[in-house]
Amino acid sequence: MKVKVLFFAALREQLGTAGEEIELPSGVGTLAALRSHLRGRGGAWELALADGKLIRMAVNQDMAQPSAAIKAGDEVAFFPPVTGG
Amino acid sequence: MKVSVQAQDFDAGAEIRALSRDPKVGAVASFIGVVREVAMTLEHYPGMTERALQRIVVEASARWQVMDCTVIHRTGTLLPTDQIVLVAVASAHRGDAFAACEFIMDYLKTQAPFWKKEAAGWVEARASDDRSAERWK
Repeated sequence: MKVKVLFFAALREQLGTAGEEIELPSGVGTLAALRSHLRGRGGAWELALADGKLIRMAVNQDMAQPSAAIKAGDEVAFFPPVTGG
Repeated sequence: MKVSVQAQDFDAGAEIRALSRDPKVGAVASFIGVVREVAMTLEHYPGMTERALQRIVVEASARWQVMDCTVIHRTGTLLPTDQIVLVAVASAHRGDAFAACEFIMDYLKTQAPFWKKEAAGWVEARASDDRSAERWK
């Protein structure tokens, strides 16, 4: 199952990438599980996505909770709390 | 209802006048956010930003009598005194116009995917903005 993952703002800089297509291992079916999976890459990933870091997430361009399900073809985004206005 | 995410500046006067052409409109409330003190660059999530702003406007229209509404948010590099955001709401009476305008700003601050970066680094989100949005629940 493939999803498109995007990163914005400070998170994009910390990870050194604006996004990628990734093949999800079986068992990774929610945003929380995906975050944990990415954190498992270690290094900058482990630091930037650590449990204590406030990170907002979206699925298909709608804000979503960590428990939100993800499915093949989804566009998932991770980003810091927003600061517009 | 008009939502625009754009690099270029806007003419707030013209936008407000455009909202008061309908003779049924009795009140237009507006808010303009301005860059304070230091230059910044605004990043956003193209696609989601417009979608989030549309949702906020729809939600405001469900809660108050909103006859028309304009939300413009700029992106890119902005300098002190530059305009960042305009929210303008037209209604029959001031109560709905004021409330809807403030609601849209509060939700924009916590729901619309924009991020400010200054020379000193990324601007941190404020807990007070979360509290401002919470009070509408």
